[in-house]
Amino acid sequence: MTEPLSFELSRPGAEAPRLPAAGVQAPAPEDALSKDALRAHPPDLPRLSEPEIMRHYSRMASLNYSISEQFYPLGSCTMKYNPVANEAAAALPGFAGLHPYQDEETVQGALELMYRLERALCAIVGVDRVTLQPAAGAHGEWTALRMIQAYHRSRGDKRSEVLVPDSAHGTNPASAALSGFQVVEVRSGPDGRISLADLESKLSPRVAALMLTNPNTLGLFEREILDVAEMVHATGAMLYYDGANLNAFMGVARPGDMGFDAVHMNLHKTFTTPHGGGGPGAGPVGVKADLIPFLPHPTVEQSDGHYTFDFKRPKSIGRVRSFYGNFGMLVRAYTYILAMGGDGLTQASLDAVLSANYLRKQVEGVLDLPHEGPCMHEFVASAHNLAPQGVKALDVAKGLLERDFYAPTVYFPLVVAEAIMVEPTETESKATLDAFAAALKEIVEQARTDPAALHAEPHSLPVGRLDEVGTARRITAYLTGQSEDPVLRWKRVQK
Amino acid sequence: MPYLVHSPQEREEMLAAIGVESMDALLGDIPPSLRIHDLKLARGLSEFETMAAVRDLAAANRVFADRLTFRGGGIYKRFIPTAVAAVTGKPEFYTAYTPYQPEASQGTLQAIYEFQTLIAELTAMDVANASLYDGATAVAEASMMARVHTGRDEILVAGYVHPESIEVLHTFSEGRGMKVKRGDQPTNKTAAVVFQQPDFLGLLVDARGLTERAHAAGALAIACVDPISLAILAPPGEYGADIAVGEGQQLGLSASYGGPHVGFIACTKELVRRLPGRLIGSSHDAKGRRGFVLTLTAREQHIRREKATSNICTNHSLCALAAAVYMTYMGEAGMRQVAEVSFKRAHALADRLAALPGWELAFPERQFVNEFPIIVPKPKPLLRKLARKGILGGLEVGRWFRDLRGVLTFTCTEVNDPAAIDQLVEALSA
Repeated sequence: MTEPLSFELSRPGAEAPRLPAAGVQAPAPEDALSKDALRAHPPDLPRLSEPEIMRHYSRMASLNYSISEQFYPLGSCTMKYNPVANEAAAALPGFAGLHPYQDEETVQGALELMYRLERALCAIVGVDRVTLQPAAGAHGEWTALRMIQAYHRSRGDKRSEVLVPDSAHGTNPASAALSGFQVVEVRSGPDGRISLADLESKLSPRVAALMLTNPNTLGLFEREILDVAEMVHATGAMLYYDGANLNAFMGVARPGDMGFDAVHMNLHKTFTTPHGGGGPGAGPVGVKADLIPFLPHPTVEQSDGHYTFDFKRPKSIGRVRSFYGNFGMLVRAYTYILAMGGDGLTQASLDAVLSANYLRKQVEGVLDLPHEGPCMHEFVASAHNLAPQGVKALDVAKGLLERDFYAPTVYFPLVVAEAIMVEPTETESKATLDAFAAALKEIVEQARTDPAALHAEPHSLPVGRLDEVGTARRITAYLTGQSEDPVLRWKRVQK
Repeated sequence: MPYLVHSPQEREEMLAAIGVESMDALLGDIPPSLRIHDLKLARGLSEFETMAAVRDLAAANRVFADRLTFRGGGIYKRFIPTAVAAVTGKPEFYTAYTPYQPEASQGTLQAIYEFQTLIAELTAMDVANASLYDGATAVAEASMMARVHTGRDEILVAGYVHPESIEVLHTFSEGRGMKVKRGDQPTNKTAAVVFQQPDFLGLLVDARGLTERAHAAGALAIACVDPISLAILAPPGEYGADIAVGEGQQLGLSASYGGPHVGFIACTKELVRRLPGRLIGSSHDAKGRRGFVLTLTAREQHIRREKATSNICTNHSLCALAAAVYMTYMGEAGMRQVAEVSFKRAHALADRLAALPGWELAFPERQFVNEFPIIVPKPKPLLRKLARKGILGGLEVGRWFRDLRGVLTFTCTEVNDPAAIDQLVEALSA
């Protein structure tokens, strides 16, 4: 099943929605403004009635897999249940109706929520302060690197390099490069953890920071983290924590205690704000005392139960986003933390680790497991064992879609061939994990008996495998003037 | 505990299946000195208690009635059709992930493809992306596109561009090799001229002239636009701007204390490969069925890593979905109606305010759409007086621009009915 575009459903005669009339005496724009300022050609927007619009979007919704209906074992993405209470909280008129330029006296509840959320995040990750401004994880990474850069510069220390492990998320090197740093890669050892010898050889007075995910993207805890921290700090560099995998150890250990100086968190992963089909999220950054002066402004301050913004922060790196971040996401995360409490968050992490190890055990002998367990909250398998049948990680992913599971993250981390990265989270039942393992076994069995059939999957979804290469080629044809079809948008065909 | 699914017995069964006695055996890689045994956080609450606590915080805020909100400055109270939240509240949309598996994500992909088309139509540009975080980061990302495209490093900010956009641009420019300057005279060092139409004060700028000057100097023209105003104002594509950006909050999103909202970015064909963030394209499967996919991903950070020119990984899909529903619901006629009503009411209000003793339009010779700057005697006590009467009065723009001390900008939209305008004027006259 597919759904026509709204533009294709559009009917020229459809009535415009009923809207208020001006009700005042004033000239119309076309009489008051110069012709030069006015629009010459109206935009070609669809014309549809509300019933048609609602059906159009309802039908599109039915084409999606989502956490509400499917298991999403996406490694490093922490696709857990999104509590519906969070949505109700963010929709309260006392939050949703606030204008960002209201006076502080009229928004004490909003400021208090931000203050309390900051304190809670400090307690969870072991840092001194947190900025809530970054809108996403990558935004938080870059914000943290800018603060680290400003810290070094304030000491007259011009450091030009940032170390990034080869297993890191692609956003790490991108965020470092866009802060003006040279990126130097640090290799993983055979056990999947950062190689101390390679780290030693890359550390120098030029290095501003090491960016580390812990547990790393293989789902393995960096056992030698205290040594890593000592080596990094001994050269005057800072240690940055990529919080993508924070769900592994809330209440069990804290990045701040491990020696991390800056820590970003993904509220849309660990703290259950929904992914929304790709956003909005929120990527707060926590810092130790040395970095506090460099936090983006404004910060939220409290004195005798009265809350204020502090804009006068001379060493601040400045703003990274307009207003105060994705406030609605902050409300959701705070609601979740209140409901879970310290005890609930701890149990959530324990269950996440338990589920991952349980599922990993089910996968033994089905797919390759290139690294020794136990794992933390996720593990990386490899479809390398299916290579003789010509079956790839992508085929396994599509086979899972066919069996009503979303696919794990595939082809990441780059250090594992045919990687299949699985993160079950604490909100999936044992029965779901068992069903998923059974589906994997069935796929691997089919890979051995009938690989061609697997290559043809999925066949019961709204569409089969799409010609992504063809799409890119058609875009090139458009961009080079060989085609009129922009591919990246609908366009009315001129008759 | 809320949202957890394993029973104590299942936990035991799972540990046994793994072949370990306790959780500690699974956590053995964590050095003992790092283990903590509790978080310094209160214990969890029931949903009833949680919501009561959250409601208390919400109740500690003062919400001004939409109709009595005359403050804008980039975020506006507007009528939001019920259809918008009914669609974005569908869990199939809000609990889905980034559409990396297109076969299982056609709903999100098609909605965003429609969003890209709607924004491209509204701005009259060739192509729009799948959205960015907000209007301010869109300005910064557009500037970076110009920096890379022209190989020049100076970004010239002309006139009253939103001050928070300028602040974010400054923060972005560090490390990206950009120099941000104020002015409207581009040179052969200028990568782009950034201007806002209407500007932060609500006034129209000479978008055509600024664009021509940028092009004459070999620079790009970046237009920051108000999406509702484009129903009546010349869109960037009609005056030849290279990149159009803006904040999409007005397209069906609540003010929500500044976010989450949605930034949009659209450009000419020549710049498509420099666009940051996600792009959706049309495709087809082996049976010839049309579908949509994430495309041109080779531009993005997860492929290019340190060679990427943007680290943007996320878009604001759900907010873009809201904007798509809004624009589809309104259609061209609805958006024009909303823009015209706002225009007329703001002009009626401007006339009445300018007639008050001691009040004076700050730029009487300049045209505006639905927001305007006005010089008022003693703004602070005046705003306090309005607040006491439940009215959120104009915005003190002198906070950002020293030359505008004593100036307030007032805005009107379709939610500020004529009786609300009367109420405002009466409160000021009393």
